[in-house]
Amino acid sequence: MAELRMPSLGSDMEAGTLVEWLVKPGDRVKRGDIVAVIETQKGAIEIETFEAGEIEQILVDPHSKVPVGTPLAQIRVEREAKPGIAAAVLPPAVAAVPVAAAAVIGAPVAPSLPPVAGAAAAGTRASPAARRLAQERGIDLSTVTGSGPAGAITYADVERALGGAVVAPEKKRAPWLDLDAMRTAIAAAMARSKREIPHYYLEHQVDVTACEQWLTQNNATLPPDNRILIGALAIKAVALAARRFPAFNGFYRENKFEPAQAVHIGVAIAIRGGGLAAPALHDADQLSLDDLMSRMRDLVQRTRAGRIRSSEISDPTITVSSLGERGVELLYGIIYPPQVAIVGFGKTVVRPWVVDGAIGPRSVITITLSGDHRVSDGHAGALFLAEIGKLLQEPSKL
Amino acid sequence: MSDIDIRKVLQEELNNIAPEVDIAGVDPAADLREIIDIDSMDFLNFISAVHDRLGIDIPEIDYPKLVTLDGAIAYIGAKLGSGKT
Repeated sequence: MAELRMPSLGSDMEAGTLVEWLVKPGDRVKRGDIVAVIETQKGAIEIETFEAGEIEQILVDPHSKVPVGTPLAQIRVEREAKPGIAAAVLPPAVAAVPVAAAAVIGAPVAPSLPPVAGAAAAGTRASPAARRLAQERGIDLSTVTGSGPAGAITYADVERALGGAVVAPEKKRAPWLDLDAMRTAIAAAMARSKREIPHYYLEHQVDVTACEQWLTQNNATLPPDNRILIGALAIKAVALAARRFPAFNGFYRENKFEPAQAVHIGVAIAIRGGGLAAPALHDADQLSLDDLMSRMRDLVQRTRAGRIRSSEISDPTITVSSLGERGVELLYGIIYPPQVAIVGFGKTVVRPWVVDGAIGPRSVITITLSGDHRVSDGHAGALFLAEIGKLLQEPSKL
Repeated sequence: MSDIDIRKVLQEELNNIAPEVDIAGVDPAADLREIIDIDSMDFLNFISAVHDRLGIDIPEIDYPKLVTLDGAIAYIGAKLGSGKT
């Protein structure tokens, strides 16, 4: 039996509020499935399970605030038999079917799932909080499209079905986001960074004309959904460089540096109304540019809607902050502890530039590095930053 | 599709991106990126949504024509007029 616990999503987090369960006892889950939504200072976070198996028991009711580490649910892990039943006698198909169904988000309800007792619409999967809201507002759940595991209807789905009419206009944009709490969390993390991390700063002007030309060519024949933004090239270049320079990719904890095995880029995302989050784009060094772009789009959209997953909050190994096409040319990032580096990209500007002995207009981005002096020095930082610039000269190889 | 209908679609899609902004009160000749603070990702989502809803192709090279509400309405109106209708 394994326990799903209230996760710690930062050293400043002491407790979290369970907002909603997306599973119920008897549901089968696999590693990485989203099982619950909690509310923290950082906003609403989707909790993933790290164990595959069957939900045995829910231990904490929605809307309860519990300390970090509190068991939230018990999960009967795979190959662990129910009491009195030998694992060997379980027909393999029984175990396999619901898991396979769960792998396809939005798939039709698996026939083997037992109907939920007291459900208004038999066969409709919905979280308890979603059912309550639907009942309160008189919504027929069978008319709601579910976005949870195996098509289960979540609280947010019901809210969407209710539409903007019943929700006050100033509230409708992000039901899960509390910008004041987010500001408190940013303040705590940044104050700790400035207190503990001896930053050094480097800057590097990089000709990105090759990137722009490549993007123009690549995007010319593609529908908007498949077009790539320069931000995706920036993230890929940083991810590849971070793999070659491990001193910038990892965590500084308990007075020592732990290099990370994987490269999870924290993508700094501005939130309307004055918020900021930097959730992880996992294994960015391994992704093709197309995959990286669609994952980045999804991440930005979910973050702005206040739906970040727990692993995305705790995982980033290095952060990238881009000012985009507007704003200014240069930013000095503050390292997000326990990370040890942040790379900043200013806006692209056209500047007179010498290429092959002649002056001509080129598109230039200023890239900055804020590094942690407890782990690396300016010399290594310069090589790391120069590597990012070199990688951006050959965008087709990214 | 009339200009009024196009304006309605555009306002709805911009409102999805910037729910707190009163799009109807925005200067139709102003740069949308500045006036409602949308970044390149928001703009791409806007173009995607218009592409999906109205079924018109908007190549990247035409983006500058769509940065104001008036410009976007004129561009889309011309595309729809010369296209299937």
